[in-house]
Amino acid sequence: MRVTMRVDGQDASADIDRPGESLLSTLRDRLGMTGSKNACEQGECGSCTVLLDGDLVCSCLVATAQCEGREVKTVVGAVPRPVRDAFVACGAVQCGFCTPGILVSVADLLEREPDPSDAAIREALAGNLCRCTGYEKIIDAVHTAAGSLVGEPR
Amino acid sequence: MRELSASPRLPKEQASPAAATETPTPPHRAAGGVGNQPEAEPRLRGAGPKPARPGRPATERTEPSGTVGQSPVRPDAEAKVNGSFDYASDLGFDGMLWGHTLRSPHPRARIRSIDTGPALAMPGVAAVLTAADVPGKLHYGLVYADQPVLAPDEVNYQGEPVAIIAAETLDLARRAAEAVTVDYEELDPHCDPEEAVASGNYFRYQPVRLGDPDAQTPAVVVTRQYTVGMQDQAPLGPESGVALPTGDGGVQLYVATQWVHADLEQVAPCLGLEPDRIHLEIAGIGGAFGAREDLSVQVHLGMLALATGRPVKMMYDRAESFVGHVHRHPARMRYEHAADADGKLLYVKARVILDGGAYASTTDAVVGNAASLAVGPYEIEHVSIDAWGARTNNPPCGAMRGFGGVQTCFAYESQMDALAEALGLDPLEIRRRNAVAQGSKLINGQVVDVYEPDRADAFGTPFSPLADMLDRIKEIPVPPVPSARNIVDLPGGVGNTTHGEGVRRGVGYGVGLKNVCYSEGFDDYSTARIRLELGGPEHGGEPVAYVHTAAAEVGQGHWVLQTQIVRTELGIDRVELLPNDTKVGSAGSSSASRQSYMTGGAVKAAAEAVRELWAEHDLADGPLEATRVFRHRATKPMDPLTGQGDSHVQLALCVHRATVDVDVELGLVKVVDLTCVQDVGKIMNPSALEGQIHGGTAQGLGLALMEEMITEDGRVKNASFTDYLIPTILDMPPMRLRIVENADPEAPYGLRGAGEPPTLSSTPAIVAAVRDATGLALTQIPVRPEHLTSHFGRPS
Repeated sequence: MRVTMRVDGQDASADIDRPGESLLSTLRDRLGMTGSKNACEQGECGSCTVLLDGDLVCSCLVATAQCEGREVKTVVGAVPRPVRDAFVACGAVQCGFCTPGILVSVADLLEREPDPSDAAIREALAGNLCRCTGYEKIIDAVHTAAGSLVGEPR
Repeated sequence: MRELSASPRLPKEQASPAAATETPTPPHRAAGGVGNQPEAEPRLRGAGPKPARPGRPATERTEPSGTVGQSPVRPDAEAKVNGSFDYASDLGFDGMLWGHTLRSPHPRARIRSIDTGPALAMPGVAAVLTAADVPGKLHYGLVYADQPVLAPDEVNYQGEPVAIIAAETLDLARRAAEAVTVDYEELDPHCDPEEAVASGNYFRYQPVRLGDPDAQTPAVVVTRQYTVGMQDQAPLGPESGVALPTGDGGVQLYVATQWVHADLEQVAPCLGLEPDRIHLEIAGIGGAFGAREDLSVQVHLGMLALATGRPVKMMYDRAESFVGHVHRHPARMRYEHAADADGKLLYVKARVILDGGAYASTTDAVVGNAASLAVGPYEIEHVSIDAWGARTNNPPCGAMRGFGGVQTCFAYESQMDALAEALGLDPLEIRRRNAVAQGSKLINGQVVDVYEPDRADAFGTPFSPLADMLDRIKEIPVPPVPSARNIVDLPGGVGNTTHGEGVRRGVGYGVGLKNVCYSEGFDDYSTARIRLELGGPEHGGEPVAYVHTAAAEVGQGHWVLQTQIVRTELGIDRVELLPNDTKVGSAGSSSASRQSYMTGGAVKAAAEAVRELWAEHDLADGPLEATRVFRHRATKPMDPLTGQGDSHVQLALCVHRATVDVDVELGLVKVVDLTCVQDVGKIMNPSALEGQIHGGTAQGLGLALMEEMITEDGRVKNASFTDYLIPTILDMPPMRLRIVENADPEAPYGLRGAGEPPTLSSTPAIVAAVRDATGLALTQIPVRPEHLTSHFGRPS
């Protein structure tokens, strides 16, 4: 079957030959959009997090067949520049494999909650595993990003 | 599918720190860190004055930005935040096939026959290869070549590769694997490491003998048995790579690996190729922590590419990754510590059994570390240590952050606490009374270098960096118990399991001593080549240094460190990093906390050589180039009977204090605070350093409370992130760091390796805090809820 979606603001179509193919597989293996990472394929690590019609989802758990006509935003299209800059400046990126998923989760958090507390940040990122940083600098980066985004058009 | 490219180079931005976008200043949260210390402040911000003529070195040394001691933007950061960084699993080439591995479902079996026919008959399947198809040597290994490329006639652990498949899609390759019929004769697996040792089935036995433990008359003796579970490195990027046939019978490999030259040395004989027919380049690495030290996909990819004449990619899924790399050795340890009435250690006897699993990997070196570091950073004149690395049918174990230092650290630190309790001493005080000092003799007979004789006290007592660190951690207040707490801050969190009843607070300490770089006489070196030339218009005609090493950027920040060293030594702004590959000499592995020391040392030496050339030549006359090989001072093997010998080069110390809340009724633990004092010799990059300490500490927390690969009769029961738990952001507390800089004059800039020590000391500190809260002995890690509650309902 052929599925047409909007991905990061562009129309994208893919021919799916397996009904259960995940959105993550379609993005990475059919559309060549490798920004979203595959680290567990079980919805446990959050590395493949994207926005689907504005909702935060693990793209490994969404069937592409469900995405006809819907809007997908990955790390490429979902993340305001100040969020990226904050992660770079705060040393919140080490190996970086978790980073695309975390950035999408942070973009979603800051959309809902412009000045989140530490507890709110921890709650929002509880589904994103990071093996390198111990999360300290990620929390720094979210606060920094929140500060940079104040007053910016969304 | 992206365009075929001979070399999927790093995106331009990555190799060009000077082009990095402006970024806001990171905050300094109340939790603290390196940046809070005055001595860690960047010395100078902003580029200094430019040389009068770009082709000549500045007559007065000016300080460009991003030098040693600062935290410039990482060259890989921008690509990692915009999704364009190519990890090994992101690579794609025209006409590429997907590879997959068929693995043994049995921990031990004889292979009667393999029928590949039905798999080969499937349309779209290009190759199905078995041991019979290995072109060269059948075995490989980092220390001993004992691991089969593909199992020839028997399998010795569950997950051992038996056949490899290349097909048009990954899905098809997986289905083809299911169509391969392997006739196994199942055999009883040998899974008990103590039985293996008793029957002489071990990779290495290393005793350490010093003094005469039996001649001592102690005031107190504590004897306990400790158990450490099997920890997995669990890097988020699964094993992956691509092989391309070069058309002349050779092969080009892009693989996420920690040590590309060790890969080449193992891959070439197995492929039956001369090493110069193979070009290996490190592809983007999604974390390592030891998991990428041994081969995984390398030989298999090469075989499939050579057999099909097409590019072949492999990418393990998480379940395969869990069995596709070695793990941290599980350990069973019996420790006997004896002290006099003042708490001074009199002797230690220890029996340490590490389970090496089915194949040798690096068990040999892990046993050496476990034995030589078996009592930690304490002065002691009488020891009797016996350490083994058992051979069993459990999953093979090898390198993981801490490398043999982690298991014994849990045991000896638990013992120090037990002694302190028996003697009524403060846990910090007993450690202080026994702390090694400059000039102290370690149990391998090695004398700790006396770099600062002037720091001896008025009585001539030599300076003890550890005693100083213990004093410093004492100065940092323990977080108070809040009078009213949000329920989410309690153990169980949003699970709403308690309102505070049954919650007890505990505080504990841990100290770790880790050897940095390779020990026991290994010829440890790294290589760097630097070419300095006048840049083109894109560089404004300024001098540009091109740095070529084979050192793996695993996430630790080694790339940015190289740029800092070159800027510092050459006084220039523009540094470009070339791909890390086998076209330059070996850098050794990104392991053993060694790359800042070793490849940092090689880059520094090459930059100094270029600087000397530059003093005499104008760059306008042509580029200048120098290659330097850097070695640390030689180490010696451990005596096989006594363990004596100067086996280590550099030692690094870390102290942790953990504060925990424990729901003693439900067995739930919440780590409230982790405070850390670490001696790093020299703060090279405050941001990267803090990141190493935070991350290393988190992995120690994982081992203390949640991370364990469970095996039953050799079968792994929890090969997924659903069942193998690594710390989430809710599990990690805020951290407070205090960094000490006791320079090592033999190391570049005085630095000490920093990546591993926090992984040693955080685990025992957390367990000690849980003991403090519960009063339980807790001799097994990870501590599980049932360990905390199993005493309920039993007669005391």
